[in-house]
Amino acid sequence: MSDRLWNSPEPDGAYDVVIVGGGGHGIATAYYLAKNHGITNVAVLEKGWLAGGNMARNTTIIRSNYLWDESAGIYEHALKLWEGLEDELGYDLLFSQRGVLNLAHSLQDVRDGVRRVNANRLNGVDAEWLDPAQVKEVCPIVETSPDVRYPVLGATYQPRGGIAKHDYVAWGYARAASALGVHFVEHCEVTGLEVSGGRVRAVETTRGRIAAGRVALSAAGHSSVVAGMAGVRLPVQSHTLQALVSDLLEPVHPTVVMSNAVHVYVSQAHKGELVMGAGIDAANSYRRRGAFHIIERQMAAALELFPCFARAHVLRTWGGVVDVSPDASPIVGLTPVDGLYVNCGWGTGGFKATPGVGWCYAHTIATGEPHPLNAPFTLDRFTTGALVDEHGAAAVAH
Amino acid sequence: MTRRDREVLSFTFDGRPYEGRQGDTLAAALLANGVRRVATSVTLGRPRGIFGAWTEDPTAVVQIDRPFPEPMVQATTIPLHDGLAASSLAGRGRLSPDPDPARYDATHAHCDVLVVGAGPAGLTAALNAARAGARVILADDRPEVGGSLPDTGEPVEGRPGVEWARAAAGSYVALPDTRLLTRTSVVGYYDHNYLVAVERRGERAVTRERVWRIRAGRVVLATGAHERPIAFAGNDLPGVMLASAARAYVNRYGVVPGRRAAVFTTGGGSGDAAHDAARDLAAAGVEIAEIVDARQGGLVTGVRGDGEVRAVLIGRPGGPAREVEADLLLVSGGWNPVVHLFAQAGGELRYDDRIAAFVPGRPPEGGQSVQVIGAARGVFTTAGCVAEGLAATSPPDLPSTVTRSSRESRVPVDASAPGDAPAREDAGPSGEAGAQPLWLVPADDYTTHFVDLQRDVTVADLQGATSAGLRSVEHVKRYTTAGTAHDQGKTSGTLTSAVIAHLLGVDVGALGTTTFRAPYVPVSFATLAGRDRGALHDPVRVTAMHDRHVERNAVFENVGQWKRPRYYPLPGEDMEAAVLRECRAVREAAGVLDASTLGKIDVRGPDAAELLDRLYTNMISTLKVGAIRYGVMCRADGMVFDDGTVIRLAPDHFLVTTTTGNAAAVLDWMEEWLQTEWPDLRARCTSVTEQWATVALAGPGSRAVLAALAPALAVDAESFPFMTWRDTEVAGIEARVCRISFSGELAYEINVSWWYGQALWDAVLATGTVTPYGTEAMHVLRAEKGYPIIGQDTDGTVTPADLGMDWIVSKKKPDFVGKRSHARADTARPDRRRLVGLLPEDPDVLLPEGGQVISTGHLPPPPVPMLGHVTSSYRSAALGRTFALALVAGGGNRLGDRLYVPVNDTLIPVTVAHHVLYDPESTRRDG
Amino acid sequence: MLLIPCPWCGPRDEAEFHYGGQAHVAYPADPAALTDEEWARYLFFRDNPMGPFSERWNHTSGCRRWFTVTRDTTTNAITPETSR
Repeated sequence: MSDRLWNSPEPDGAYDVVIVGGGGHGIATAYYLAKNHGITNVAVLEKGWLAGGNMARNTTIIRSNYLWDESAGIYEHALKLWEGLEDELGYDLLFSQRGVLNLAHSLQDVRDGVRRVNANRLNGVDAEWLDPAQVKEVCPIVETSPDVRYPVLGATYQPRGGIAKHDYVAWGYARAASALGVHFVEHCEVTGLEVSGGRVRAVETTRGRIAAGRVALSAAGHSSVVAGMAGVRLPVQSHTLQALVSDLLEPVHPTVVMSNAVHVYVSQAHKGELVMGAGIDAANSYRRRGAFHIIERQMAAALELFPCFARAHVLRTWGGVVDVSPDASPIVGLTPVDGLYVNCGWGTGGFKATPGVGWCYAHTIATGEPHPLNAPFTLDRFTTGALVDEHGAAAVAH
Repeated sequence: MTRRDREVLSFTFDGRPYEGRQGDTLAAALLANGVRRVATSVTLGRPRGIFGAWTEDPTAVVQIDRPFPEPMVQATTIPLHDGLAASSLAGRGRLSPDPDPARYDATHAHCDVLVVGAGPAGLTAALNAARAGARVILADDRPEVGGSLPDTGEPVEGRPGVEWARAAAGSYVALPDTRLLTRTSVVGYYDHNYLVAVERRGERAVTRERVWRIRAGRVVLATGAHERPIAFAGNDLPGVMLASAARAYVNRYGVVPGRRAAVFTTGGGSGDAAHDAARDLAAAGVEIAEIVDARQGGLVTGVRGDGEVRAVLIGRPGGPAREVEADLLLVSGGWNPVVHLFAQAGGELRYDDRIAAFVPGRPPEGGQSVQVIGAARGVFTTAGCVAEGLAATSPPDLPSTVTRSSRESRVPVDASAPGDAPAREDAGPSGEAGAQPLWLVPADDYTTHFVDLQRDVTVADLQGATSAGLRSVEHVKRYTTAGTAHDQGKTSGTLTSAVIAHLLGVDVGALGTTTFRAPYVPVSFATLAGRDRGALHDPVRVTAMHDRHVERNAVFENVGQWKRPRYYPLPGEDMEAAVLRECRAVREAAGVLDASTLGKIDVRGPDAAELLDRLYTNMISTLKVGAIRYGVMCRADGMVFDDGTVIRLAPDHFLVTTTTGNAAAVLDWMEEWLQTEWPDLRARCTSVTEQWATVALAGPGSRAVLAALAPALAVDAESFPFMTWRDTEVAGIEARVCRISFSGELAYEINVSWWYGQALWDAVLATGTVTPYGTEAMHVLRAEKGYPIIGQDTDGTVTPADLGMDWIVSKKKPDFVGKRSHARADTARPDRRRLVGLLPEDPDVLLPEGGQVISTGHLPPPPVPMLGHVTSSYRSAALGRTFALALVAGGGNRLGDRLYVPVNDTLIPVTVAHHVLYDPESTRRDG
Repeated sequence: MLLIPCPWCGPRDEAEFHYGGQAHVAYPADPAALTDEEWARYLFFRDNPMGPFSERWNHTSGCRRWFTVTRDTTTNAITPETSR
């Protein structure tokens, strides 16, 4: 393939599949539609610049150590794909399996952590329980003294977890999908969904009407808005989630550390900056600017865990709009409208699932039936009560 | 004061000793010592000098070593102080492993008008607003007022600029309700006119840095403008410097940054800034070799020198170049208004062709009140800035929040001062708006035409990005990292956009800029953390008896913010031994637990019973005065939310207890329903958690203990039956005694005023027959009886029926919160996970809490079907063995079954048992 | 840090409040009469508009009263709804 990343053609009048939302999930879905299912007459419509939403704003953490079988299934599928993705796409993603620690600060955190480790292992997901001394071995800069306000009592550890460069992931997928014939149409906002006879027929956009055999929504924080255009109501709420980076530092942090209890998650990117996630703003919002007190709290918590970060500097803060579901699990599958599919509700953690959800969502769109791995994540579960409650494993952290 | 009159300060750089002067920045002092190369670039390893003179500088980013290591600090902003040690960096800084000894804090401030920037515009605006009676805060990131006046030496209103600024500031601070914050960077502009500033108080101050959280009625941004570079070959070589920076070093610091200078300008600025800079340098003794003015076709095509500038190449691209000897090249590519805060506030920018820069456009919506004045919106003359400052804060422009009578304004209001019109006539022919948009000097090779000197991004890199198909400035930024460094694109941003636009053949204005993000300048983590660290990170809550627990060497556990004794080890005891002893004491004699942390809510009113009926799964209204009932609350989704006891004090008066961790959440929950759904109910809820100290006295010996302490109380089982309460005196203290038990033993909970909690505790222990026990023993004892702990044996996915507590779910009540959810398909499933007991076949083996339960005696390949998990697991003195509670699919139907708990690679066989393992007939509760 | 107009205490910083989501979602009069789907709509489905949103706040660190405002989720402009 050439140095060229992707083509941005004028949209055709009709496609077999139109994907609404050119984020990581939308791009990966297009790639797998073309690669796995031979469906190449596909347009990905992006209202802004490609992968400029949460794909450009997340803290790039990758892991699959979720509690419930349903979650482990799809996230572990994603992680296995991650492990071969640079070769598959022929693109450097700076994928680094440097391990992910989830710290426990209370006896109940310990129980929950051990529970998750045991469940992970039985699900074939690598997981270890570490005591504070072992935490210190994996990440020497973590404060493990028992004399702090909320001492580290242990941690779950997934050695295969890690980070990747978010932009490169999007670009690698887009480049490969573009080579297979997918159209990426930027600055093309969907303004309406045309439904007749219970079936979706076309999308209205700021660049004209585009007929579509099938329409797949992948609009993250804006899912409610686009689904609403077809009269589909989703049980998600949009919130601003913030993150920040520090200045460039000599290597100091060898792994990824997450702490739900004190709302810290941090890694050090290849260039040297610390990449940190903050808490979620309380009120519904479509703004990409969050509240500053969230950042202040984040810093206080971070220094409790990493006193050596005291004189690192916050260089840049930003926010993204995430769509949060009632059980902290995604919704991937069919809608009441024929030919209209939905992928949303990933909340604060969609990046790590990118390959897995792209794979499964493409299957769902291509076959009209959910892939077994996304079958549990139906809209219907909110009616039956069969939730996949991952609040413990997902929390605010990625 | 001239430079030589200032105090001499010693410092080191890269280990070499130097002297500077009070008032210098590190950069100024280095230049004064002839140090021109101060860093190495991050990816290309090229030498980096000092390019700017303040926060716009992209190159002189250094490591501070003393007084305390700090990575990546702009030498142009570091105030020199005696003993400072710094060193050069190659683009990455080093953190200290030692704790930061400095102190940081935060404060709040409110004002009618916040003026950001104390240059001619900002000073005038602040003074004028204060004279009009407004409460004003004027913040500026420099140590002294005047903005660029000390750099330029320009006069204002006929006086020397610095003198004018000091006089204006003096008049301003003399007015009431004014605050002048120097060395204070306003770094963020948030919703509803909330701004965050960081005050740098100095290394010797008690508080090194302070965060100001400012809520302003109105914000006036007078943040000035930054000069920008031009992209030409080798424009990163030390010795290339912004013309404005060189002028600042000469005029502000008295430092001559070179001997022989060339000037490369596109014009623009106040008067013609580059020419003025050349004039000032010449006056300071710098030989001006040549002024290359792009407006007259002049171009600098490159520089020559090994490690620093020795000569400047002047000519035409592709044509012959003249080599002019110089050790300094002043560059002036035009001026960028500092629009960062305006953009952060949500304002839109527009590209102004007249000055070839982005300027404030459509103001932000949603409760922001902001005005931009002076150079920050492209007005580059000092007189124009003063006029804007006056106009911005003259009544009736002041906000309505200013209600006090205006003091007489001695500054005449210029009615003709410009308003918000985008294009105005005050752009005089002197060159203010005459900038030629020369962005880059054409060449065959763009690999050393730098646009971002800190991130090592060149025009060639931008070409690489656009030829990869990237069309958005955001994509190019991400592809090249342009604009992501310390200076946040202050010098590089507009240049980068312009070069990309040039490469793509589009309009700069249409291409736009990247997003301006907070903070405006880097802020250390410690500053933002402030004092919320260590012991002050989160409040510690302790009970009235806490000192006694400490005296007994209790090991504490955090339960929410509370410190609770987990166990009280005797000398030589480990936790296991201590807990077994404490449990045995309760089962065989008497134990005492500090239960004060339990949440307590006083519920009163004629409809209090009705309220509780609707919130608890069981019937509360039938409870008799004097009696107590255990109750469970569910969320609307039917999952268990909390449990506790309800005691009825009067027909219209209840006291309910909650779990320790949920006390606030339960009160919130009750109030929410009461206020938002059932405002017709006459009931009120009041937290009394910290009004009542509670001692749980448990064990067969507890009756005798209580009888001795409460002689007026009839303690026999008939007079004082289970699940009733009595008011009496205990140890001479007014007390309410409840006969409830969380252990299955005869037990009392004695509640007294918090004030007397310690006295009660002491009195109970003074009997000499009671053993203090902690939360761990409490957990063992309750688990033996199958009582769940909410949050440990439940996880938000568990219904009362799942806990084997169908009995607590009323069938009579038409509704309670959560009832409808229990009828959903999934909650009605027979194979749901239910609470059971697990008995390891080896009675010495302790199951891990969190262990998973499977049905097979071998481990099949993953995914292994899991039946549930161990929620609680203990060694039981009473049972003489280990046991566990677990949530297991179809649990009630598996009694007696053998299941397995994998621990690492071993499968531990267990037998499923009923969850009540101790005294299932409850024969012990009456003693 | 939003500035939220408490109808009883006046404008206060967001940190003093607890968010309550969409306003005007009444608890069903007779939950037992609802289908599972209708009950699910009450439990889990809330409006999520891009624009004006009628929402509830509780002044937890102040008067502890619940009240309603209309806030634009794209600009954060707030208009009080609840009057004293």
